Amino acid sequence: MSSTEYISSLLPLELALVRDEIRGYAEGFGLDFFEVIFEMVDHEQINSLAALGGFPVRYPHWRFGMDYDQLSKGYSWGLQKIYEMVINTNPSYAYLMKSNNLVDQKMVIAHVYGHVDFFKNNYWFSQTNRKMLDTMANHAVKIRNAMDRYGQERVENFIDRCLAIENLIDPYLPFSNQKKRESSASSGYRGLGHNDDQDAAAIEPGRIKSERQYMDQYINPPEFIEEQKKKLEQQAKKSKKNPPEPQKDILAYLLENAPLESWERDVLTIIRDESYYFAPQAQTKIMNEGWASYWHSRIMTQKALKDSEVIDFADHHAGTMAMQPGKINPYKVGVELLRDIEERWDRGKFGKEYEDCDDMVAKAKWDRKLGLGRQKIFEVRRVCNDVTFIDEYLTEEFVERFKLYTYAFNRRTNQYEIVDRDFKKVKEKLLFQLTNLGQPFIYVLDGNFQNKGELLLGHKHQGLDLDVRWSRETMRALGDIWKRPVSVETEVDGQKKLFSYQNGEFSEKFL
Amino acid sequence: MIYNIKRDHARFRSIVKGKIKQDLKKYVTHGEMIGRKGKDLVTIPLPQIEIPHFRFGDKEQGGVGQGEGKPGDPVGQGDSEPAEGKAGDQAGNHILEVDLTLQELAEILGEQLALPKIEPRGHKTLKSKTERYTGIANTGPNSLRHYKRTFKETLRRQIATGIYNPENPVIIPTRKDMRYRSWKTDVRHENNAVIIYMMDVSGSMGDEQKEIVRTEAFWIDTWLRSQYKGIETRYIIHDATAREVDEDTFFRTRESGGTLISSAYKLCEKIIETDYPPSDWNIYPFHFSDGDNWSGEDTRLCLEILGKNLLRICNVFCYGQVESRYGSGQFYKDLKEAFGSDHESVILSKIENKEGILQSIKDFLGKGK
Repeated sequence: MSSTEYISSLLPLELALVRDEIRGYAEGFGLDFFEVIFEMVDHEQINSLAALGGFPVRYPHWRFGMDYDQLSKGYSWGLQKIYEMVINTNPSYAYLMKSNNLVDQKMVIAHVYGHVDFFKNNYWFSQTNRKMLDTMANHAVKIRNAMDRYGQERVENFIDRCLAIENLIDPYLPFSNQKKRESSASSGYRGLGHNDDQDAAAIEPGRIKSERQYMDQYINPPEFIEEQKKKLEQQAKKSKKNPPEPQKDILAYLLENAPLESWERDVLTIIRDESYYFAPQAQTKIMNEGWASYWHSRIMTQKALKDSEVIDFADHHAGTMAMQPGKINPYKVGVELLRDIEERWDRGKFGKEYEDCDDMVAKAKWDRKLGLGRQKIFEVRRVCNDVTFIDEYLTEEFVERFKLYTYAFNRRTNQYEIVDRDFKKVKEKLLFQLTNLGQPFIYVLDGNFQNKGELLLGHKHQGLDLDVRWSRETMRALGDIWKRPVSVETEVDGQKKLFSYQNGEFSEKFL
Repeated sequence: MIYNIKRDHARFRSIVKGKIKQDLKKYVTHGEMIGRKGKDLVTIPLPQIEIPHFRFGDKEQGGVGQGEGKPGDPVGQGDSEPAEGKAGDQAGNHILEVDLTLQELAEILGEQLALPKIEPRGHKTLKSKTERYTGIANTGPNSLRHYKRTFKETLRRQIATGIYNPENPVIIPTRKDMRYRSWKTDVRHENNAVIIYMMDVSGSMGDEQKEIVRTEAFWIDTWLRSQYKGIETRYIIHDATAREVDEDTFFRTRESGGTLISSAYKLCEKIIETDYPPSDWNIYPFHFSDGDNWSGEDTRLCLEILGKNLLRICNVFCYGQVESRYGSGQFYKDLKEAFGSDHESVILSKIENKEGILQSIKDFLGKGK
């Protein structure tokens, strides 16, 4: 493809040539990406874009201004600087900072192709809206119209409420089977006026499949099927509960059941859509950054780097990979784990024979010369998210080599302290932080709590208590949306407790 | 191409200032960005509004880190900002460590609080001259010869007169072609200023109150230093008696016993008298206390000292009252009664807690005196 075919007018010629060069290397390595449109921006623009989550048009909201405030202060006092930004759309948009020097631009371009390959091929991005640029712009129009009609303050206040609960979605919902998705999206939320006959018709007991039709009445005896059908019908009548089972997508539940005006419904739908759009990026932070870093370093060190650029590249790369105490740098962990996998599969360090080997020396020297590494990491990038990535590929040797540890707050000394270097504990902690993005699992349990139309949520307690102050404030927001009392069932210091919110008042009691 | 973020930004700032959407006020946190001043870390105020979510308690959580150390060793900082690491579509930030000069810090402060530049009192200014190279002259010493301009001038003349030969581009300047750097003399007004800090160290002033005074004093110092070239600071502590101390003692001392504020004011008066003739100095006395004075008698004495002498010779007299569990806060009321809240050379401020520091600094310095 010649460089004139894609939008090269946006880039100065020198950079357009660099881009074409790097694009060629990336394709040569087998990366498969959407078209990427690079745009040159100055620091003012990149700070604005970053504050808006990468999208040039968003609805008006003060929190974008807050992020901008922070970014531009950080930039103008020389404390931080954004190097790269890329949006997951098709075609993808990436921004290059005008003031960066050429070697930085090269590195960013290579890094961006890595990200876009990941966006295009990773399973967890398979359900995202690739026209999000337009969708976001439409959201902006809708919200501005609502503001014109109902007043900025009123609409913005409602957005504030919705943002307090924007994380109460079910990121796995888009990947569950059709039936569950539908039931979660609509019929699962039986409103009061719901027609029950339709449901009865849908109830059909499971049958065992059989190739031979003449055998059917023996495999699935009619009396038995009849009996099962009755049982199911009875069950269906009993479970008038709404929702029938705990529901994680609380935003969807509110959309179906909360007494919302139509503009409020629009706002909540918008918040929910955007939340689902951003969810996979949070779910694959380590993998995505790791993958992009793997490719920028491979492309730069093996192909694109000139002798005179080595120092600058090394300096910048090291800055990106730096670890801070008490924090996991997703760039670093991601890239190292990918390299580890590549090496293990190149040398055949996997499978039963390797696992069962007791001889540490033999294990260290293990090399079956399989050369499967490259193929393996492409497979990993296709199927994994951060949770499965760590669960499947974090090894004891890796934890030891990278000196990972768990830490916790010690109340006696009033500081964070290292607790353990045990492989299992480290892995467990890491997985815990990644599962549900390290946020508490909250479900809707009942939309007619105490038979008074109150909302009951449940916190699935897994060893950590909720922060009481923030929970209350969140319940206040929920209460404003639900317009009736809201309660949360949780555990505090090992005891079951019920927090309730009603008309500006909080109360709590033991269960 | 980019939706105008300035409007969102303005809205955010109005919320932080409490002008609109009061209900969000309680979510405003005064975060900080870390900078460096010499070897000390300093922070740049960074207000943020935190949107509530269901989440785990901060200290509950812990996490996974990397590095040396054995179990029980402290981890750097559990909740500091990560150097890198937003999601793929977002910003990869690169934190640099920089040296912020005092001047820059003061600018940040000035911008944050919209502080006016201080107008020094006219008759106290001393003039000093500095020379700056700003232009080009036709004559001058050889050491200031401007090579490039001279070359250009010669080239221009040679082309104009037809002497210049592209085949053999020899350039020979004549005396007339010579150009020299020239300078301009800037007259600068220099001002001297002295800050006299006074603090009540009686039993009721606890560590938290002192921490507030210390923070506030640092920023006041930084700001005034950016406004005056030569600045001196003096420290007075007092309970029932007053004495002058060094900076370290000033912030550390904890005494007990009663409070006679007049003792400090008298000492302040004396220091000014001996060392800082008001005709040459801008004088800034700052007094911090929890508002308890021993007796109404002593308060009357204080007001007398202020009214008769101190207020006439100071640029502005600042009184900051730090909220404490034991203090009655009476002294603030007394001062307010005596001078009103609009007195041109008395500024009163109440500091309720750490969050109140910024507002209080603005109270003190916002008038540009």
